Amino acid sequence: MGHKRTNAAIWAWTAFVLVAIYLPIVCGALASFNKSRYFGFPIKTYSTEWWQKTLDSIEIGMIVKTSIAIALLVTVFSVVIATFGALAFARYEWKGRKLYQKLILLPIFFPQPVLGLAMLLGFNAVGIQTSWMTAVFAHMIWIVPVVTLVIAIQVYGFDPSLEEAAYDLGCSRTQVFREVTLPLLWPGIWSGMLFAFLLSWSNFPLSLYTTGADSTIPEWLYAKMVAGYTPMVPALGTMATLGAACLLLAGGLIGILLRRRAAA
Amino acid sequence: MADLALAPAPGAAAESARQLRHARMLSVGARCALPVAILLGIGFLAPLVAIFGYAFATPRSFDVFTSFTLTNFATLFDPSNTVWLSFLWSCGLALLTVAILAVIAYPIAYGLNMVFGRWSALISVFFVFPLFVSENVRLYGWVLFFIKNGVLDGTLKWLGLSGGPEVLYTPGVTLFGMVYTYLPFMLFPMTLGLALVPRDLVDAARDLGAGRLFIWREIELPLAMPGILIGMLLTFVLAIGATAEAKILGGQSIIVISHDIEIAFTYSQNWPLGSALAVLVTFFIGALTLFALSKLDLDRMLGRR
Repeated sequence: MGHKRTNAAIWAWTAFVLVAIYLPIVCGALASFNKSRYFGFPIKTYSTEWWQKTLDSIEIGMIVKTSIAIALLVTVFSVVIATFGALAFARYEWKGRKLYQKLILLPIFFPQPVLGLAMLLGFNAVGIQTSWMTAVFAHMIWIVPVVTLVIAIQVYGFDPSLEEAAYDLGCSRTQVFREVTLPLLWPGIWSGMLFAFLLSWSNFPLSLYTTGADSTIPEWLYAKMVAGYTPMVPALGTMATLGAACLLLAGGLIGILLRRRAAA
Repeated sequence: MADLALAPAPGAAAESARQLRHARMLSVGARCALPVAILLGIGFLAPLVAIFGYAFATPRSFDVFTSFTLTNFATLFDPSNTVWLSFLWSCGLALLTVAILAVIAYPIAYGLNMVFGRWSALISVFFVFPLFVSENVRLYGWVLFFIKNGVLDGTLKWLGLSGGPEVLYTPGVTLFGMVYTYLPFMLFPMTLGLALVPRDLVDAARDLGAGRLFIWREIELPLAMPGILIGMLLTFVLAIGATAEAKILGGQSIIVISHDIEIAFTYSQNWPLGSALAVLVTFFIGALTLFALSKLDLDRMLGRR
């Protein structure tokens, strides 16, 4: 059966590509458990020494806190703005909608290092000192359009007649939004929140130019990769990856529950 | 009859109320778009205006909006300047990335739609997750893989072979890094595109005796084209702006265009020159993006019924 053979080939190819995708992450994890300072494979002595050092470092502690603070603020602001943005994108018919749908995609397509530099220029021109707070704003320029798309997919799937029915039953607009629209959109908003947090958490090019004297995890890693490698680099990289994986797992499970409740 | 003419029917009243609401909705939509519009106006448009201003400022100065000169553009278009080389490298690498990724991603996108069934969601998550790992970390993982005495070299030596090839810090490995980084951006639009192909149509064609190649060329490919095109565009544009791959894996063996912009802003402290280059890249990317997007119906792609 030719059909079966094609399907088997597709499975095998997908598996191969997935292995290739996770291979460098595994290499990083291996390097972080290497006892000696310089990487060599096969590893002679394994140790958790560099993980301990990373966890004990005060400098890294501050960097992690900065990264979390940026990601949290980005998540909150982005999701609020993008929820309305998604309604404008997918729910309502209005005059400028087609144009709006296209313009909102431009920041996603724009090269991030250049966007970061442009924003640095902009902050400089109006005399704003860059710090982690300006990075929050910079991340939002790229993340709000992404989250808008994520939530818009949920908006497309919802039935506007439910809102109409609520209006016909005499609900005010805020009531309809709170009691009908929001609960129906929750699964999409939740996915949007996960995207916002994780994309901010892993962003490097925008942070590089807009954090000023502050530093995030990807920035610190890059600085050490260029000069001053120690196994703390793969150790922190692996920790950041594991953190993201745990968040995605927990968030995904909650998301499935939300979807079940929305469907019920 | 008279009653009916005097008092509008209840049904008509509800109808006009709905119409009224519909009219109001026009403005509701615009109002919902307002926060996004303000944000992007301040955070996206204004910086571009700033760059545009700097592009016409006196070289090596910070006199934005006070001086006007075309010197920066003249410098860039001067044949002795090597900037065109960076531009060619970026374009060439981006085109190759797109071509390779189209071949790599198509079977997977097909599988996600037609073969994997209930596993599709989980497999998609596996492909999304790397986006949440900083690309520095992932690319550095490849350095550890390819480096001398690294994972590949060490394993081959351990097996008694002569060791791995020296690929690190070459243009080839830069291309490899770009293909690696931008896979999801090709895969997901392609998957959305293939989801637009109605299965009944493929089945009908098969029942009528069409060969697999014929079905692919005449039905699948044309109907999935919007998604494939947006994937190609996204990958191309992102690859044009890519710097991390050339820096981390390529070891600066080649300078790509965004790297040139960064150099002008940082080491050479020539903001006007960097801005002029950024303006050119922006126009190139903006024109390409808007042209491609104008051909697409986003409502249909993202799933409005």
